[in-house]
Amino acid sequence: MAEKTVRISTYIWIWAVLMCLTALTAGISFVNLHRWSTVVAFVIATTKAGLVVTFFMHLWYEKEKTIWIWAVVSALWLTIMLVFTMGDYLTRGFLQVPGK
Amino acid sequence: MPEISQSAALSFREAIDRHSLHEHFADLPQQREAAKLGMWVFLATEVMFFGGMILGYIAYRNAYPAAFQAGSVHMLFVAGTLNTALLITASLFVALAVHAAREGRRKALVWCLAISMFLGVCFLGVKGYEYYQHYLDHKVPTRTFQWDGPDPRHAEMFFVLYFFLTGFHALHMIIGVSILAFIIYFAQRGRYTPEYHNPVENAALYWHFVDIVWIFLYPMLYLVGHTHV
Repeated sequence: MAEKTVRISTYIWIWAVLMCLTALTAGISFVNLHRWSTVVAFVIATTKAGLVVTFFMHLWYEKEKTIWIWAVVSALWLTIMLVFTMGDYLTRGFLQVPGK
Repeated sequence: MPEISQSAALSFREAIDRHSLHEHFADLPQQREAAKLGMWVFLATEVMFFGGMILGYIAYRNAYPAAFQAGSVHMLFVAGTLNTALLITASLFVALAVHAAREGRRKALVWCLAISMFLGVCFLGVKGYEYYQHYLDHKVPTRTFQWDGPDPRHAEMFFVLYFFLTGFHALHMIIGVSILAFIIYFAQRGRYTPEYHNPVENAALYWHFVDIVWIFLYPMLYLVGHTHV
């Protein structure tokens, strides 16, 4: 067998954690955290996505470096697109000059 | 065909005949790595595909937070949460299916895939119910769109993004369910072995990716209504 076999209990545990995080993000959305609501929801979603990629998609057990590269750069490209664009929108008006 | 006497060559032919080794690969592990890498590259393009729409959402929500919160109030919170649970559980069963395929347990493979497919269909059913409710509620951004609160244009923008994001996600789910149907058919016929089950592995990667997209869409669309922007 080529792939390293992951124990079934690992999958069940990850599933349980994912369900708990879903309940947590759903519950916490009713609490008024002002601007932090979005941050908390984003952190929880990213944690969940990370668990899925790491264990369900077996990235943790992956030895092939090229697959790591593609997994990392897809997140990197997305970050560049989001951060650069929002970096523009969020800083408009800083100079108090119309159009700048 | 000429007789091949060397044992290495024999195992190569055997691999081609029995385990679907394509001739341009040296051996099964190389073919497996190539197939997996191809899937990850495809998923990277999918990240950018959904990323563009998510960027549109972030930019508009940043510009019109009140209208987006007001739009999010009309989301069916229970349905969205239920769908999140359904998809996570479907992902678990797909992961278990891959586990079964690696160990060559055909029955477990077929059952896990079938459960996963069923959960995927349930997700689509709930999604369809939500769409129908939005339709009855006149919240589909067409000429019938109705909005009582302030800033109807940007509230409508929330629904445009909602329908595009969840619509493309649902399309991916439909494709995923269809792929699982094919995989179940071939698994039933004993096509997959511990040495060769690349389609199972790649279908699972695709399924998990669609799950990840939903993991982000759920707080983006459903939870904003409560968050007191």
